[in-house]
Amino acid sequence: MTGARTRGPARAGQYLALLAYLAFLALPFLWLVSTAFKPARELGSLHPTWIPEDPTLANFRQAFDEQPLLQAAANSLVAALGAALIAVTVATPMAYVMARRRGRLSAAATGWVVVSQAFPFVLVIIPLFLVLKNLHLINTLTGLVLVYVTWSLPFAVWMLTGYVRAVPAELEEAAAVDGAGRLRTLCSVTAPLLAPGIVATALFAFITAWNEFFFALVLLKTPEKQTLPVVLTHFLGAEGVADLGPLAAAAFLATLPSLVVFALIQKRITGGMLAGAVKS
Amino acid sequence: MTSVTATKRRTGQGAGRPPHRPPGRPVDHGAWFLVLPALIPILLLSVGPLLYGIALAFTDAQSGRTRATQWVGTLNFQDLLHDTLFWESFRIGLLWAVGVTVPQFLLALGLALLLNQKLRLRWLARALAIIPWAMPEVVVGIMWRLVYNPDAGILNETLRDLGLGDGRDWLTSLATALPAVILVGIWAGMPQTTVALLAGLQNTPRELHEAAALDGAGAWRRFQTVTWPTLKPVALAITALNLIWNLNAFALVYVLTGGGPGGRTRLPMLFAYEEAFRYGQFGYAAAMGCVLVAVVSVLLAVHLVSRLKGDE
Repeated sequence: MTGARTRGPARAGQYLALLAYLAFLALPFLWLVSTAFKPARELGSLHPTWIPEDPTLANFRQAFDEQPLLQAAANSLVAALGAALIAVTVATPMAYVMARRRGRLSAAATGWVVVSQAFPFVLVIIPLFLVLKNLHLINTLTGLVLVYVTWSLPFAVWMLTGYVRAVPAELEEAAAVDGAGRLRTLCSVTAPLLAPGIVATALFAFITAWNEFFFALVLLKTPEKQTLPVVLTHFLGAEGVADLGPLAAAAFLATLPSLVVFALIQKRITGGMLAGAVKS
Repeated sequence: MTSVTATKRRTGQGAGRPPHRPPGRPVDHGAWFLVLPALIPILLLSVGPLLYGIALAFTDAQSGRTRATQWVGTLNFQDLLHDTLFWESFRIGLLWAVGVTVPQFLLALGLALLLNQKLRLRWLARALAIIPWAMPEVVVGIMWRLVYNPDAGILNETLRDLGLGDGRDWLTSLATALPAVILVGIWAGMPQTTVALLAGLQNTPRELHEAAALDGAGAWRRFQTVTWPTLKPVALAITALNLIWNLNAFALVYVLTGGGPGGRTRLPMLFAYEEAFRYGQFGYAAAMGCVLVAVVSVLLAVHLVSRLKGDE
């Protein structure tokens, strides 16, 4: 193996490169955390420090006072949960068909999955905006959920197709021989084995919706309907003048849920992501 | 990876399939029934609007107007042709997309090669890679605004500590705004690109590597003859996808600069967004969308071709 052969200086260089990358990854985030816990006095100082000398939670309190963060978090939760549950429910049967049959249908679906990853949102959002307006769904979470479902479907189908393929078809055939119908087989044999994959897919759809900004910006007009990412931008103010402490505090809080969820399913997503994006 | 094993299993199984069940046929109706729940929202909320969007590009649709919308033929496209602001944003979009994708690819490739070795801090790299990946784009933008902040930001403070001048206002000065947002773009997409390339690397046969090493091939030569040929389809695919994604980018730059200063970071998506939702020019913005789709289609074709090659 290459690793075993590498000599001392080269090895040191490798570790140096790795450390540089780790710093590049971590430092901006650490700065966000540090800013979130700094009192106003330290934020105004001309020589900012990495570690707050006098850490405080005041920024968090102020953030909640300035913007309707709880309401925004509740909106985000509803939109993301709704999108994840619906997406997985409709994607699972389709993924099943795509995995087990390789006809024209699944070829078309595959093509669509790829194409949909590349949609320029501009071209879709304007007509979508007009359609939702006619349905009186502008400025509603229902409208947003509908958009998120359609938007996360391709990827959900793709991830799930991989999981279905991992379930041996022999098991289903055995059930069919025993006289179980197709739907019955799907529900009682395949679905339980798919459960971990379905959960991972749902969590992925959840995070994508939780983090989404563009559709929410266009579709949600009033602050009491807006999701967390949109409300966060209100902290930035009109001229880009921002109250740094509360801004950092709110941004930090908004990230925590997706960091936790992502940490839980990272390995599965990596697999699904690769299947979807690169398919090696 | 899963697909490969699935293919093997299926072909192996085909030989022993019981003759009384002709392959496929009885499943058809059931298949349609299972696909419908996904197909309906897709048709209504993505294919439909897409076609509607293309149609809009040939109309004078505006928001909040009482007069009926009319067909104007290719008028919007003719206007676009002469819209210097649009082409400027298009140029900036290309600069941004290439400026993010290419350095990111090179860095990610180096990192993937590094992580493919047995190094001690691999687990930490994996754990930290979650941060950019899981963060909402809006938060990434906010975070980097804090880093770039002229007075309270850590970047200028570090530069001052190192004696590298007084620092500057990175996001609002004409010269540095675009490079500054490009750096953020690179940061945000590093994990995905690295993981994709790492997976590609793990597909390269170990034995070939060892054989080449025994033949006395140096590291560079082994990379050229063993690693790169197997990595190439993955590399092409992820590069095409990154270009596409970056051409469609919005949230990051919207939060970082709002397209400023003086339009210096106004990506095509920001331009179209303003045109449609600030000035209400739906038809014109839809025409911009069509132009972008045309460009993206070319990249998509590259992606599809490299993917088909990867399938062979």
